[in-house]
Amino acid sequence: MDKKQEYKKALYAAFPHSIPVLTGFLVLGAAYGVLMQKGGYGTLWSVMMSALAFCGSMQFVAITLLTTVFDPIQAFLLSIMVNARHLFYGLAMLEKYKGMGKARAFLIYTLCDETFSIVSSITPPENVDKKHFYLSLSLLNYAYWVLGTFIGSVLGRFITFSTKGLDFVLTALFLVLFLEQMKKRENRISGIIGLVSAGLGLLLFGAENMVIPSMIFILIILLVGRKKLCC
Amino acid sequence: MLLTPLQTFVMILAIALGSGLTRFTPFFLFPQKKDPPKLITYIGRSLPPAMMGLLVVFCLKGVSVTSAPHGIPELIAILVITAVHLWKGNVLLSIGSGTVVYMVLVQGVFS
Repeated sequence: MDKKQEYKKALYAAFPHSIPVLTGFLVLGAAYGVLMQKGGYGTLWSVMMSALAFCGSMQFVAITLLTTVFDPIQAFLLSIMVNARHLFYGLAMLEKYKGMGKARAFLIYTLCDETFSIVSSITPPENVDKKHFYLSLSLLNYAYWVLGTFIGSVLGRFITFSTKGLDFVLTALFLVLFLEQMKKRENRISGIIGLVSAGLGLLLFGAENMVIPSMIFILIILLVGRKKLCC
Repeated sequence: MLLTPLQTFVMILAIALGSGLTRFTPFFLFPQKKDPPKLITYIGRSLPPAMMGLLVVFCLKGVSVTSAPHGIPELIAILVITAVHLWKGNVLLSIGSGTVVYMVLVQGVFS
């Protein structure tokens, strides 16, 4: 089988897994495009932001930054804080993204909540090359976000049907993939650690600042409980 | 538009650099040529379920229990998703049904 056909096969295998992301990213990407338009930034800028930074929640935060004083250092630091959870995704993907050749840099560059969730919860089909499968999935998710931004920026004014609640598709995706992971007995303690840590982070630090404290709680519990949780 | 095009471009680069840094740092710290310390492997393997739990809570962080509709649409949707998933075990079906139920609730019932 030639390379082109192999990629095609991987793309077909990856696409069904990406459908919830397609839905969510088109809606949220479009919402982002519309908000940027309202902030005075046209299609070129919003698409450039989505393509280069590719970091959903931080991009929404950045709309405010783009309409106040020019302060790139603050933007850089805030971006690190809002995106800090990627540090843990990277640690979790060290093994899976091994030996990916040239594709590796792109896989890392586009590693987002959704791609991380899918890659860590499902096993690629046996007849499809792992590298091609991961690359297809990352590429699809990345394209959805950029495309959604473009659509929102260009057509935002013409969207008249109510998409209210449609963004819940991403919450549903995370919940279902969480349930998928809970099927494996050895994952359960870790899953509960995540829920409890995030609950604590939310209660103690509030909705806006919960992520980094929650990550620290997870890390502490994993380290303290290492002997009991692991071999 | 308050910033000049050049300023805007610099801002985009600053944000991209920040997010890129969080993504690439683990892979720089533990290059694939040699095996990472056992502790890192253990953490890396334990993190996916924990981070999925965190993401679920993170998505629901804005839900207010004290003001209407008291998180009821979210609760019902979560129960539907869990039930459908335990029943059929089909990822897309669970996500789709939960999302439709949620949309109907926030647009029709609790609007």
